[in-house]
Amino acid sequence: MAAPNLILEVATPERLLVRERVTEAQIPAADGYLGVLPEHAPLVAELGMGELTYTEVNGKRNSMVVLGGFLEIRNNHIRVLADRAERIDEIDVKRAETAVKRARQRLDLPGGQVDIARALNALKRAEARLAAAGVPLRGRGGTA
Amino acid sequence: MPSLIDFRRRIRSVKNTQQITKAMKMVSAAKLRRAQERVVAARPYAQMLQQILSNLVEAGVESEELAGSPLLSPQPEKRIQVLLLTSDRGLAGAFNANIIKGAQRFIADHPDQSIDLELMGRKGRDFFRRRQYPMSGEHLGLFDRPSYEAAAQIARKVTGRLQANEIDSVYLIYNEFKSVLSQKLTVSRILPIAPPAGGRQVDYIYEQDPEQLLNHLLPRYVEVQIYQAMVETAAAEHAARMTAMDAATTNAADVIEKLTLHMNRVRQASITREIIEVVSGASALE
Repeated sequence: MAAPNLILEVATPERLLVRERVTEAQIPAADGYLGVLPEHAPLVAELGMGELTYTEVNGKRNSMVVLGGFLEIRNNHIRVLADRAERIDEIDVKRAETAVKRARQRLDLPGGQVDIARALNALKRAEARLAAAGVPLRGRGGTA
Repeated sequence: MPSLIDFRRRIRSVKNTQQITKAMKMVSAAKLRRAQERVVAARPYAQMLQQILSNLVEAGVESEELAGSPLLSPQPEKRIQVLLLTSDRGLAGAFNANIIKGAQRFIADHPDQSIDLELMGRKGRDFFRRRQYPMSGEHLGLFDRPSYEAAAQIARKVTGRLQANEIDSVYLIYNEFKSVLSQKLTVSRILPIAPPAGGRQVDYIYEQDPEQLLNHLLPRYVEVQIYQAMVETAAAEHAARMTAMDAATTNAADVIEKLTLHMNRVRQASITREIIEVVSGASALE
C-alpha cells in the first residue's frame, strides 16, 4: 500500500487558505524549518515567519508566506494556524519594500526613540514576504 | 371625511416609503451575503485553535502551570467587564433592543458586582451614555468590515486589565447569527478562560516549552472569540434589518391596498351624489 497522504490546512483568523492533500510540506517553525512527511509524530510548535512550501498529490509544488502563529501535526494532519498568511501572488511587493526601508530607517535612529522589537518584527515580516515572492534582498548588511 | 386628494397624497407617501424599505432590504441582503461568508471563513481557524487547546489541556500541560496564569484561574467575580456588541445603525427591528435588554438583565442579575461596559457599536453606546452608566471604552464603526486587528486590540485591552487585576472576569453579550430569520442573544464568559473540553490524549513533541506555547495560545483564543462575536453580530444585524424591511414593505403594500379601497369608495360616493343631484335637478324642472 502506498504511503498515506498528509492533509495540510492553513488558516488565519479571517480565512482558510489551504485545505489540501499533500505528500510533503516544509514549514517555517519558530526555531527553523520543519520538513514534514507522512507518519510524522504528533507535534505542536510555534510558527516562525517565512515561506511554507508543499507538494500536492499530483506533484505540483506550491508555496505561501506565513507570519507567526502555531502548528500542530497529528494523525497525518497538519494544522497551521497563522497570524497572517498570503499566497505568493497576493504579496504586495511594493508595500513590503517600503516596509523594509522604513524599518531600517527606524532601527538606524539613535536608541530610546524606537520600539526596537516592533521595528525588528516589521522588518522580519517584510523580508519574509519579499523572500517568498522571490525578490532579491538589496542593500543587506548596510544597516542593522 | 378626507377628500380624494388627501387619499392620493397619502398613497403616494406610503409608496415612497415602500420604495425605500424595499431598497434597504435589497442592500441588506447583499451585505448579509458578504457577512455570512466572513462568518464561515472564520470558522476553520476557530475550530482548529479550540481543538489544539483542548488537546494540550488533555495532554496534561501541567495544572500548576495552568493555575499560575490569571487567564485561566477563576477569581471570585467582584468586578465584571462586559463587552456589549450592538449595531451602529438602527432600523433593524428588535435587534438592538434585544441586546440592550439582555445587558440590562445581566446587570440586574449581578447586583453585588461592579460592572464596566466596553461598548462596541453606536446603538449600545448611545443608550448607556444617556443613562450615564460607567463605561471603560467605546468602539464605533467596527462592523462594516470587521477586522481581526480590531478584535485583537480589544482583546489585548481586556486581557491587560485582567492581568493588572482591575477586573475579575470578562463577558461577551452579542446576537448570535442563527439563521436569516432568527438571532440568538448570547452571553458568554471569555475570561478567565474555561479550557474547552473533549480533547484527545496525544503524546506531543513540543518544539517549544508548553508553558510558553500556552502563553501565546491563550490570548489568541480570547481574540478569536471576540472576532467571532463581531462577525456574527455583523451578519445578524444585516439579517435582522433584511427581515424588518421585508415586513415593512409588506405592510406598506397592505396600507396602500386599504387606502386605495377607501379612495375608490369616496370617489364612488361622490359620483353617486352628483348623479342624484343632476337627476333631482332635472326632475324639479319638469
